[in-house]
Amino acid sequence: MMNIKKNHLYSLITVVLLMIFLYWLNANRMQNGMLVSVLQKGVILALVAVSMNLLNGFTGLFSLGQAGFMSIGAYTTAILLIPVQNLDGVYYMNGVHPAIRAFKMMVAQSPEFIQIVFPFIALLLGGLLAAFAAAIVGVAVLRLKSDYLAIATLGLSEIVRAIFSSPQFDQITNGSYGLNKIPNFPPMLWGAIPSLITPFIVVAICIVVMVLLINSSYGRAFKAIREDEIAAEAMGINLFKHKSMSFIISSFFSAVAGGLLAMYMRSIEAKTFSITLTYDILLIVVIGGIGSVTGSVLSAFLVTAAKEWWLRFFDQPLFIGSFEVPLFRTGFRMVIFSILLMIVVLIYRRGIMGTNEFSWDRIIGRLKRKNKEEGGRT
Amino acid sequence: MSDILLKTEHITMQFGGVVAVDDLNIEIPKDKITALIGPNGAGKTTAFNVITGGYQPTNGRVSFSDMVIGENYPRSKMKKLYNGTYKKAFEHQVINTPDKITRLGMARTFQNIRLFKDLSVFENVLIAKHCHIKAGLFSSTFRINKQEEAQMHQDTEALLERVGLLDSRNEKSSSLPYGKQRRLEIARALATGPKLLLLDEPAAGMNPKETEELSQFIIEIKDSFNLTIFLIEHHMNLVMEVSDTIYVLDYGKTIARGTPAEVQNDPAVIRAYLGVDEA
Repeated sequence: MMNIKKNHLYSLITVVLLMIFLYWLNANRMQNGMLVSVLQKGVILALVAVSMNLLNGFTGLFSLGQAGFMSIGAYTTAILLIPVQNLDGVYYMNGVHPAIRAFKMMVAQSPEFIQIVFPFIALLLGGLLAAFAAAIVGVAVLRLKSDYLAIATLGLSEIVRAIFSSPQFDQITNGSYGLNKIPNFPPMLWGAIPSLITPFIVVAICIVVMVLLINSSYGRAFKAIREDEIAAEAMGINLFKHKSMSFIISSFFSAVAGGLLAMYMRSIEAKTFSITLTYDILLIVVIGGIGSVTGSVLSAFLVTAAKEWWLRFFDQPLFIGSFEVPLFRTGFRMVIFSILLMIVVLIYRRGIMGTNEFSWDRIIGRLKRKNKEEGGRT
Repeated sequence: MSDILLKTEHITMQFGGVVAVDDLNIEIPKDKITALIGPNGAGKTTAFNVITGGYQPTNGRVSFSDMVIGENYPRSKMKKLYNGTYKKAFEHQVINTPDKITRLGMARTFQNIRLFKDLSVFENVLIAKHCHIKAGLFSSTFRINKQEEAQMHQDTEALLERVGLLDSRNEKSSSLPYGKQRRLEIARALATGPKLLLLDEPAAGMNPKETEELSQFIIEIKDSFNLTIFLIEHHMNLVMEVSDTIYVLDYGKTIARGTPAEVQNDPAVIRAYLGVDEA
């Protein structure tokens, strides 16, 4: 009992420290532009990775449709949030559908409170739309197993992408021109939480909900399906019901992350959500450990930082004296990145965290052991 | 309500041209132990799968406590292929998936142990409690059903204590010794709260001492959980010791039924197991 309380205390301290750090970052965002953007992108990808992990790691459904559901969320959020005065600039080629304009006029004239929470309503709507799509598609797709499910969901996400960029929808999605002038993250709680910190809070809430789900009785049923479908069914677990639950919830959170990504990037196009995005997320999940939430979060930050920031150095020409080192040119960082990935996968075969979760007991245990070893030496 | 808990009528299971089970009529009386024996490939496990909803019979009906849980008759392609008896006896189709049948009160174990290997012993049993959960997804996620959840944990603990696995509750289920894995699988089936327990070769791969312990265990749980037990087994010592009635299958056909003593002396059974005397 005492132990649990102590761990709660440690967690509380960590959260407070993180918040202080984020507020510090907000105050000094000019000097730390790279850090801010890497952290924001990392946290958004962390949400997608955890939602993918819920499906792939905890329910054992190997699905590759994440990018499709993200694009549903991103487009919904973007269409709803582009300010009415920018509409003509965005839809300069084909014009905007009158219904969208009318809706935006209505929102613009609504009371201030609604306008403040509207971005969050947009995120939620995007999520619900993706969840709805998942519910319908799941009826057909979830009858498939393993690789076949992966192929079907992959195709699905490509279909969604094709629909969004099709000329038939160009008054809504602006076809292949994409959408831009999407407003940045909104502040929360009337400015008490600045807009820079908003994605962290939204993602934290979403991940906490997913962790609670995983640890509930339904989460245990998901794990049972992962371990052995036939045994799970013999234990009275309705396979289809639980699989579609997991699929719908995962799609919902992917779409929320997609909406956040739209706010982060400020402009989206259908190409953003191609298969490579799904693979990037799969990479994060595998590196972090299939079946570990903390692993996914950790590796989302590591992979994003390595890809976008730490390895930038390799893209610049390097001179030693007057000798220009060959290979150091744009794109070389991806070679290094791939090599690093291979090394990581070779060392950590089951991902950084395996199927374990972060726990204070483990860290304290490790520290104690280290102290003991050092004490023994002296 | 009659004394018969499970009844199969003219069950035929045909895969293509192969008749795995042919006209199986079984009646399992309440509070008794019934065994199904037969040489390898006789169709015992197929019969189990039909009863628990894993397969749909080609023809026949399964009733559980006076309720039809599965019924079928030869349709479409099977209409031509079917070569079992009792062709015209049934005309309804009742399909229940295994999970529904489990929730009705029939639990089973598997011939080759199917535990949730990466999960702990405790979780294995706790998951089986999920099938009777009342809370929905939302209230379960946000812990509004605290009481129910606590009750599930408490019941699981009590059950593990009852079967003598409480000491290894946090161990990974795949790291248990073989005998304990079998025991855990039975405990997991018990956690679904069954009236009828189906055991598919519970003593497979056990030595004589373990088998002896198992037969004690089966009799114990039958009494303390008010169970009716239906089991498939190859260890004759165990079968003869625990069962009240024995059905013998050979090549899908029922060749004998009766008490252990009757079956042991049945010439058809001896022929099936030992072969025909040439002389």
